[in-house]
Amino acid sequence: MGCFVFKPNTKKKKTSSLNDHFTHGCKGAETSDIRFRLFHDLWNKTKTDIEILQDELNKKVLDSLLDFTRKCSITRQHSNWASQMRASEIPTAALMLGVNVPDHDMTFQSLSELLQQSVTPHVVSVQAKECAGKLIHNMEKRVLERLMDTLVAAADDEEEEEIEAAALQQSDTPVHRSVHCSLSVLCEWYNTQTKVGPKSSTPGKKRSSPSKDQYPPVVIIFKDLEAFNQKVLQDFILICSRYVERLPLMFIFGIATSPSTIQHMLPHSVSSLLCIELFQSLSCTHHLATVIDKLILTPKFPFKLSGKVMQVLISLFLYHDFSVRNFIKGVQLALLEHFHSQPLSVLCCKKKEALRNLAQLSHGDLERIRQLPSFTRYTGHWSKFKILCGQKCLHALTSSLPRYPLGKQIRELHLICLEKNVWETEDYQSAMKLLKMLAKDELIALLQKCTEILQPIKSKMMKSAFVQLEDMLNKFKQLDGEMGEASSLTSPLKNFQKKTDLFQLQKALLEMNESRRSKKQSPYENLRSDVLEFIDNLVKSHLPPPESQTLNEVCYYSSSSSVRRHLNATPRTSIQAALSSPYYYLPNESLQTDDGSVSNAAPDICIVHKLHLECGRLINLYDWMQAYSTVVSAAEGNDPDSDNFGKFSSARFIRAVSELEFLGFIKSTKQKTDHVARLTWGGC
Amino acid sequence: MSSSPLPPPLQQQRHPGYEEERLRRVAEQLPCREVQAGMLLSLMGEPQQYSLPCIFIYGHRASGKSYVVNVLLKELELPHATISCAECITAALLFEQVLLALFGGDAAATLPRYPSLSDFVRIYRHHRSRAPAEQTRYIVLEKAELLRDMDANLLSVLVRLQELVEDNLTVLLLSELVWDTFRPNTGCLEPLPLHFPDYTKAELHQILSRDRHPSYSADLYASYIHILLGIFYAVCRDLRELRHLAALNFTKFCEPVTEGKAKESDTHKLWRNIEPHLKKAMQTVYLREVSSLEWEKMQQVETETGPLRGLSAHTHVELPFYSKFLLIAAYLASYNPARTDKRFFVKHHGKIKKTKFLKKNEKTSNHLLGPKPFPLDRLLAIFYSVVDSRVAPTASIFSQISSLVTLQLLTQVSHVDQLDAPKYKCAVSMDFICAVSRTVNFDIIKYLYDFL
Repeated sequence: MGCFVFKPNTKKKKTSSLNDHFTHGCKGAETSDIRFRLFHDLWNKTKTDIEILQDELNKKVLDSLLDFTRKCSITRQHSNWASQMRASEIPTAALMLGVNVPDHDMTFQSLSELLQQSVTPHVVSVQAKECAGKLIHNMEKRVLERLMDTLVAAADDEEEEEIEAAALQQSDTPVHRSVHCSLSVLCEWYNTQTKVGPKSSTPGKKRSSPSKDQYPPVVIIFKDLEAFNQKVLQDFILICSRYVERLPLMFIFGIATSPSTIQHMLPHSVSSLLCIELFQSLSCTHHLATVIDKLILTPKFPFKLSGKVMQVLISLFLYHDFSVRNFIKGVQLALLEHFHSQPLSVLCCKKKEALRNLAQLSHGDLERIRQLPSFTRYTGHWSKFKILCGQKCLHALTSSLPRYPLGKQIRELHLICLEKNVWETEDYQSAMKLLKMLAKDELIALLQKCTEILQPIKSKMMKSAFVQLEDMLNKFKQLDGEMGEASSLTSPLKNFQKKTDLFQLQKALLEMNESRRSKKQSPYENLRSDVLEFIDNLVKSHLPPPESQTLNEVCYYSSSSSVRRHLNATPRTSIQAALSSPYYYLPNESLQTDDGSVSNAAPDICIVHKLHLECGRLINLYDWMQAYSTVVSAAEGNDPDSDNFGKFSSARFIRAVSELEFLGFIKSTKQKTDHVARLTWGGC
Repeated sequence: MSSSPLPPPLQQQRHPGYEEERLRRVAEQLPCREVQAGMLLSLMGEPQQYSLPCIFIYGHRASGKSYVVNVLLKELELPHATISCAECITAALLFEQVLLALFGGDAAATLPRYPSLSDFVRIYRHHRSRAPAEQTRYIVLEKAELLRDMDANLLSVLVRLQELVEDNLTVLLLSELVWDTFRPNTGCLEPLPLHFPDYTKAELHQILSRDRHPSYSADLYASYIHILLGIFYAVCRDLRELRHLAALNFTKFCEPVTEGKAKESDTHKLWRNIEPHLKKAMQTVYLREVSSLEWEKMQQVETETGPLRGLSAHTHVELPFYSKFLLIAAYLASYNPARTDKRFFVKHHGKIKKTKFLKKNEKTSNHLLGPKPFPLDRLLAIFYSVVDSRVAPTASIFSQISSLVTLQLLTQVSHVDQLDAPKYKCAVSMDFICAVSRTVNFDIIKYLYDFL
């Protein structure tokens, strides 16, 4: 839920973009409606798919966490001698989540929902920024407020997700305010809850399992352990350990870096109060690979990203944030932009629907199709099916080769294929060479993988490829018998070798080598080169880059610059652009200039900025102001020497200068009086 | 259990005013602390008599301070309030807890929202006059060292609270520190110090042997404790820790007995079985490298899968590409003097030898002195020269810096409110940064001034 917060905004954007279509007069009203609907459907489908996928990915670690909490609460209640002796420890789960903190929200949300459904109603999560300050006060308050409110909500038989809403209400209505927050209050509250709770338990639907448990644990989730104040955290744990006999507490630490942070943050006297167990969640690169596999490398969704856009999104992920969430947002943005800016995206949908929409196309649209660059160099039939499974086959073949000539992950291969003819690259040649050296069993295993990929595909050409491959596999298997005989022939030779000395061994090896070279190729080698030739042909016929295919514009979104502009903002560049060419942001005709200079009607700060570019490292304020007043008075048609002028414009000048200082272009200096120092280099 | 150490048993000391039966129960619960308990009892005097205004009890962790005081007060049923200063972070909370424990909820409710000391004294006197003390009332303050951080005069007031409220009241301060570190600048009444010495090895043995496993004989457990102390006494004298370790490893100790391989009397065999195991425990579970739960699991599985990976073994952190370089740049900025940047990062710097840079006091290694703060622009300048490709100064570069701060890989030295030219320090170790730079093929040693 938290992941797609900006969804409502897209609707607004879309509606305003509809108007744009009208003004451009490209017969928009009808198709843009359809496109909008298409976008919506496609995005919703994508979104649900991703959510399901992520739930599956998280399932393993969340399940083990749930098991851990259950086990802890059980051992607490049915304790034997040993566990009684260490009952003073607070069970703690350290959940390793990777460095991208904003992505964790989803995980924690599903975790606390799962906990509430199956283990305990008393789950509370705190964030470091809510517990700011050097005193423990804030943290205790948050924990208490949320815990007690959850239960208030639960007693009223409301939906369980009200925690946060309730906490918000809480800040308005001071119910627990009069009581000083302390854990003893919580203890009393817990006792009343467990006494009264199960008996008068709500006729709950999902709450049946917690009511089984007489004393459900109180789980406190620290979402971002690193960000907490160490002192506060230590105090909190110390206090909690005083109550752990009366209150079945349990912690979950969300850790972004590495488990050794726990030892950095907590001294031995505190960490000895915890019983820590580690849980490792999926690495984010793995996560991304799965998302790409299920979202982009699938024929299910007609929408595709071009190589450049993929490159931008992936490099954003790898170089900047490791955030799968941002990646998905990028895909969403591309999707939106595609439907928005490409009128032919009407056809970007399922085949049946596409045909229907095709029938409705107007003359203008058809004209547009004719003008598309891809249409003018008509080359062949358009099918993305083949591309994808072709890629998968090639990946299956090459991903286990040494040095990964075509990339370790399928996305790297995908990028190569999107950009150019893969068979012309050097990497491809070297991969083929390596394949030519493979031993038989390895090759057979790889080919089998390929056939597995090809099997479920219905298209005719792929079917025939599949049949051919199967055929070759069978031939390989037939070879087995013959090879067995051959090996029995060579064995006496081996025995002979063992007895000879080193020199003779060398000689024998040399002879063997030569004989092999001159020898006719074995049947296996023949067959191997046949197979590779076949694969080579397959690649050549099925993996041309999409740009060379007809109507690729319908499905492929290729404006990488707009994606980059939206997702990887460059504040400095935009400020500079605004200052040097204000027309870009203020569409006022009088600001338009052709030679890149600033018109004298521009805002004061633009003029001041332009003038300061002409100065050296130190700028004399007086000279600067003189230059400024000349420009401005020329614009207003005044005489710069008149008395009337100075009063008015020096104030404007000062204001513009201080704005520049605020933006970080200049700063005051003590090196020279009446001078300021420039902080940027270059200029006219 | 019949062993009677040097001091006379508690019930033989003369403590008039308390029932014999109760004294006997107390003595049973307080092994090896007879001297201190006896001393405390004599200081307290008979229940209705006035006692000292303040007693300061100090001693190392787990030397039985709170335990002795609490057992005495509970078993002898004296009116008391036990408060941990770690929990009562403000004086207001402290007052509330005291009134609640001594006079009930009504008294606590009459406290104003932000009570001052005089409010507290007024309310206390009001309630005291309604319910005069028949027995001495006690206020026990655990972790009293934290009182020093509260209101300036709170400690000096608590020391003479008896005079102020005119009541039969004694304040017991419990702390791990000595009184010398408490004395406020303005001076105050000196409380009577009472020291709790550490338990000796024999005493530890006696106490630990008390919580034996119900299904095994006391002798077996005592011999187990003997072995345990033989190994751990050199590194740890904390009773709580030892008790914890004893509980964790006992099942392993009994294994030969339960499996029938040895009898309970085969001490030597049992010792040979448990000794390597305990040594391993000293390196892992005692240091909390491995949690007790995992330790127990390991004992059950019993597979020798190489050395165990403790918490500190996991130091690897996956970072985005540019974050790695930002971290490297921060490390260089923290450990290289700013003067030398030109030599490292300007392409044609000419030949400048190290000796030319050396100043007198800089002969010591920067790595020994620790990281130095650096401004943001220096970080970025180094970053841009260290990264091979051209990097646009995008917003996400800046946000990566702040996320490095939240991950505690960098620390912000300047105040958070300072937006202009913030300063940072690099907070990662040499090993860590070497590992990071290896992943991006960057030879960091070449760029460090210390290793020139």
